[in-house]
Amino acid sequence: MTEVTLLDAVNLALAREMSADPAVVVFGEDVGRNGGVFRATAGLQERFGAERVFDTPLSETLIAGMAIGMAAEGLKPVAEIQFLGFVYSTIDQIVNHAGRLRNRTRGRLGCPMVMRVPFGGGIHAPEHHSESTEAIFAHIPGIRVVIPSSPHRAYGLLLAAIRNPDPVIFLEPKRIYRLFKQEIEDNGEELPLDTCFLLREGSDVTLVSWGAMIHETRIAAERLSDSGIEAEVIDLATIKPLDMKTILTSVEKTGRCVIVHEAARTCGVGAEVAAGLAESGLMSLMAPVERVTGYDTVMPLYQLEKQYLPGVDRIVAAAHRTLES
Amino acid sequence: MAKQTARTSIPNCPSVSVLQGATQAPVARFEIHYHQVLDPKGQILGPIPEFAKNSETLIGFYRNMFKTRAFDTKAIALQRRGQLGTYASCLGQEAVGTAIGSCMRKEDVLLPAYREYAAQFLRGVRMQDILLYWGGNETGMNFEIPRRDFPICIPIASQAPHAVGVGYAIRLRREQRVAVCVLGDGGTSKGDFYEAINAAGVWDLPIVFVVANNQWAISMPRNAQSRAETLAQKAIAAGIAGEQVDGNDVIALYERIEKALIKARNGHGPTLIEALTYRLSDHTTADDASRYRSESEVAQWWRADPLVRLRRYLSNQGNWSEKAEKELEFESQQEVERAVREYLDIPAQPAGSMFDHLYASLPESLEWQRRSAIQGGRQDD
Repeated sequence: MTEVTLLDAVNLALAREMSADPAVVVFGEDVGRNGGVFRATAGLQERFGAERVFDTPLSETLIAGMAIGMAAEGLKPVAEIQFLGFVYSTIDQIVNHAGRLRNRTRGRLGCPMVMRVPFGGGIHAPEHHSESTEAIFAHIPGIRVVIPSSPHRAYGLLLAAIRNPDPVIFLEPKRIYRLFKQEIEDNGEELPLDTCFLLREGSDVTLVSWGAMIHETRIAAERLSDSGIEAEVIDLATIKPLDMKTILTSVEKTGRCVIVHEAARTCGVGAEVAAGLAESGLMSLMAPVERVTGYDTVMPLYQLEKQYLPGVDRIVAAAHRTLES
Repeated sequence: MAKQTARTSIPNCPSVSVLQGATQAPVARFEIHYHQVLDPKGQILGPIPEFAKNSETLIGFYRNMFKTRAFDTKAIALQRRGQLGTYASCLGQEAVGTAIGSCMRKEDVLLPAYREYAAQFLRGVRMQDILLYWGGNETGMNFEIPRRDFPICIPIASQAPHAVGVGYAIRLRREQRVAVCVLGDGGTSKGDFYEAINAAGVWDLPIVFVVANNQWAISMPRNAQSRAETLAQKAIAAGIAGEQVDGNDVIALYERIEKALIKARNGHGPTLIEALTYRLSDHTTADDASRYRSESEVAQWWRADPLVRLRRYLSNQGNWSEKAEKELEFESQQEVERAVREYLDIPAQPAGSMFDHLYASLPESLEWQRRSAIQGGRQDD
């Protein structure tokens, strides 16, 4: 058991799987000699060599596309895109190829690739470094979108993502990269994909979130508890495909749901959760579903990012509103 | 081994001495060479390459080009009769595909665009596979042979980065295979293409890029695509070898592509070959090229037809006759008709098949959608 940050957990999972499986390769911009701009790949090149851990030219489309070529050839590429703001040119590759290669060859060629991308606001980064546009990926058939919210889940979910035979977009919430530590055992045990994690049990209201916002959501749950309201906290973890079952089961019990996400409101993943509740959980609901989200604005530069990001107060207030009806 | 490892070691940036030198001294020069062996009249220019002295080899090229054209003609007819969806013709470009398919080894990997049927047939792809694909059925891209070739790629040049991944995988495993990536003139205007050739150069990967420059990207002529005199010279910016070949001369194409393949196989890096050819057809069956190009231009390029010139040469050498031509015509028609029958006999996939290969195993949350599709859209649970 070691106490590690989420960032360390990513590094441990990469090292673990590179040791276990010679097909795993790690690459991207500045991931080799520099060990990544956040240090997520620190020490890997020294340990596994410059052929398996390597820097690419500054070419995001290439990074995604070559991952697909490698995956079709039987490697297990783990590519890094430095920030989510630089990911958009790769969407052509993800929509047109990664998500459909298996389908369009009727299973002849698979695409077992992982694309890791740090994302989200709250670290006073420059423009284009703070967005949360996970919903863009969640709309793409044939891929998985996975977001850890703790060192433990980062380790277990990244291992599962690398071992998965299909493409996984692995979004790392950089605000909590170093925010807190957890004891984890580097034992190679993966966590399940395609399933939500129940982080806190409660009977009064269900709080649904993912990524960095889990942090605020848990604090909100504790604060609600101080005033006698017991919130259930669910971490989506895999936002695509979405495990609505766990959410529905919780809402059957609580009758109330607050969805919390950093991303813009319209067509955010929260909208999908709310639609799922409307379709299959309407009779359980005792109050309208609440969404606490980022605004439908351009992500502001950092002087205003605190005002953009949903905070604990907004979550607590939304939970109270559901309990008033 | 040591040499290959050295290639991936971290390169140094240039020393400050790059800033020292005479005023206006040239620091880089390049030349692009054009290769032609068989001119449009069927005359051999210069020495005959060794392989071309074997008439059986050349007859093999001719047969594949001929069959591909017979297939292409039939595919267009099927589309006009409503028995095939939109189809992209390869008319006029049969030499490019034939040369590629003839040079490649079976363990190599072809990453085609969508007019490379001549290459694909030589790789083992069946005519009915291509018909199935354009006929709206994904099973067409599930080749029995070649299992590891990439499927047809429609988003322009987006297959070029895949070739880099394939090339990297080959190099990492110390295999003697080569990735061959084919794209068009329009594709060379895209960043995907440049990112791919640039990275292939950085890592010296075993890749041959073939630009089938058919002069038109739908309605955009070659000269509106780039001010570069040749598309081959785009290789120079990526630091890789580039050359131009008569793309309707199957002998020159074979000679140059084979050379590039051997070079790549032996660890000497990538090559970009610009094959100058012409799309004699519309862009697809949904296009009408008469809207944007003149009949006289097309007529001129018909005079450079890759089949005619090879037939002339073979006939002049006494290696081809009208009888042989008739026999080949009959044989091709038989083969095409057989493929058409098989294609038409293959039923549409069942609705549930949309989910069969979406993921290696279907996530539980999608099960109900699969059931709904099977039941004709009922979403009752």
